[in-house]
Amino acid sequence: MNVPTSPLFAVRTTARDHPLAAVAAVVLAAIALAALAAPLIAPQDPFDLASFDLLDAELPPVWLEGGDPRFLLGTDSQGRDLFSAILYGTRISLTVGVLAVMIQAAIGIPLGLIAGYTGGRVDSLIARLADIQLSLSSLMLAIIALALVRAGLGGETLGRFAVPLLVVVIGLAEWPYFARTARAATQVEAAKDHVRAARALGASGTRIVSSHILPNILSPLIVVATTQIASAVMTEAALSFLGLGLPVTQPSLGTLIRSGYDLIFAGIWWVTLLPGLTLVVLLVAVNVLGDALRDALDPRLSSR
Amino acid sequence: MRGLATGLSFFVQRAAQAIVVMLAIAVIAFAVKGALGDPLREIMGEAVPEAQRAELRHQLGLDDPWPTQFARYLGGAVKGDLGQSYVYKRPTLEVIAAKFPASFELVLAASLIVVLISLPAGIYCAVRPRSLGARLILALSVLGISVPVFLTGILLITIFSVRLGLLPAFGRGETVPVGPWETGLLTLDGLEHLLLPAITLSSIMLPLFIRLIRSAMLDQLGSDYVRTARAKGASHLRVWLHHALRNALVPIVALGALQIGNMLAFTLLTETVFQWPGMGFLFLEAVTRADVPLITTYLVVVGLLFVVTNTLADIASLWLDPRISLEGGR
Repeated sequence: MNVPTSPLFAVRTTARDHPLAAVAAVVLAAIALAALAAPLIAPQDPFDLASFDLLDAELPPVWLEGGDPRFLLGTDSQGRDLFSAILYGTRISLTVGVLAVMIQAAIGIPLGLIAGYTGGRVDSLIARLADIQLSLSSLMLAIIALALVRAGLGGETLGRFAVPLLVVVIGLAEWPYFARTARAATQVEAAKDHVRAARALGASGTRIVSSHILPNILSPLIVVATTQIASAVMTEAALSFLGLGLPVTQPSLGTLIRSGYDLIFAGIWWVTLLPGLTLVVLLVAVNVLGDALRDALDPRLSSR
Repeated sequence: MRGLATGLSFFVQRAAQAIVVMLAIAVIAFAVKGALGDPLREIMGEAVPEAQRAELRHQLGLDDPWPTQFARYLGGAVKGDLGQSYVYKRPTLEVIAAKFPASFELVLAASLIVVLISLPAGIYCAVRPRSLGARLILALSVLGISVPVFLTGILLITIFSVRLGLLPAFGRGETVPVGPWETGLLTLDGLEHLLLPAITLSSIMLPLFIRLIRSAMLDQLGSDYVRTARAKGASHLRVWLHHALRNALVPIVALGALQIGNMLAFTLLTETVFQWPGMGFLFLEAVTRADVPLITTYLVVVGLLFVVTNTLADIASLWLDPRISLEGGR
């Protein structure tokens, strides 16, 4: 009954059964690559305020009337090239998202392994903690935490430490998803013969968990990581939109959306909607991929 | 008689939990106030000799040990006094209470949209899982989950306010007082202003609830009692609504209650996009101006709203499924 679900196998089956997910994976890879190579691709350094020319401000994208071939997607109110800003913004958004999810995994997976393997009182304590943490909205907690930092230390200090702060706050708030998945998978795995055999041979609990259980429960954890990255990127965007995240000098996608927001009333929609579109494409790709991976790895759901 | 006793003890335990949580929130709010706020500077400014400062500090009781100060804060809180706003120079609770109707009406309108759409859509997706309509709704819900709420708002403003000029983009419009409550629901202008924010706020909750209702219904439709009801010849509609939905409501309410905190956050974001003069908008303004008493009072008020709605959801679960006991509540 136990289908081998190595990550590679999962990827192959997913691509075969879900063509849409394959497209999403390609789109995601393209976005990630472009973000990674931003310094090489971007025609302008969006952090170098001195290189902007106010005469170039608020130019529309090239396909609209008045577009300038130097600026593919137009410019913002400071004359910043929007294409470059979006490349760097995606880079920052993804960095914060991935780092935050690594913290979530670093907290959640060990707790889930311990809870699932030891059971009993420790298990119910961890499960209860996870329940409480989940009932508090992580977005609301993040908003309050960063709002307090901003009120206490001022907007400038917040801006300087925005990346580590966002990573830690988003990272701390969403560990239960990893813990729950790791716990459930560990309970299944711990009952299997190879684990019982290892225990009979006298392997220590730490060794059983780390070399017999963890390698076998990676697939569901990868699914969680996928959807959590989407959620972390979205949380970061929301915080930056509220002015509680990255500053205008170091814009993420959320900051770009915020700084272009006022211009929509003047009919200048691209400064806010093009970064927005990038964000949506990124999130849709991650979510579609996550859904498909879950279907591929959880036969109970896919039979529906 | 026993049922009543269980219900009562359930209620008492939930109320006790709520009080413990509120105390914890009060401790946090008090600690934040102590750490961030300097009432002396607000009252006297910077350039005042130290002796005079110490004098006033003593008068205000700021040199008392912190348990005394906390007791004073709690005592005030019980009487509805949570301090003065630096900016508004009025009691913070009064300032926030004045903004409550705006937030409440926004949430109410959005919830109405969510219930009216997600129930039929979720049930449809569960009873006809392979139909084109169900697939389309699910595909749209993935899209809906992936569009941040503030972006939906910006998009709607761009289309309906800037491009088409059909609907207003910010504020509450004309309001009329009903007793102490300023309502925007009774004027055409108020309703026009409400439409875009309400659609925006509902757009983020809709996909979640459609999926939630769908999977809760699917679980019920696969169970034995549904098969029995079918075998007895009950009509489709009766099986769906009377049998399956009735029981699906239990997980829907329980899991829906988990979204209360998110709803608060999404409301704050929606209010920011539409400059909707509600509590969330006020909170962000207070953050920008470092109005510490107003910030901490907001924490207390939001905590209270969260605890009250969660307790109500618990009670609703008990009412829907009397089998839920205190121990087995989870």
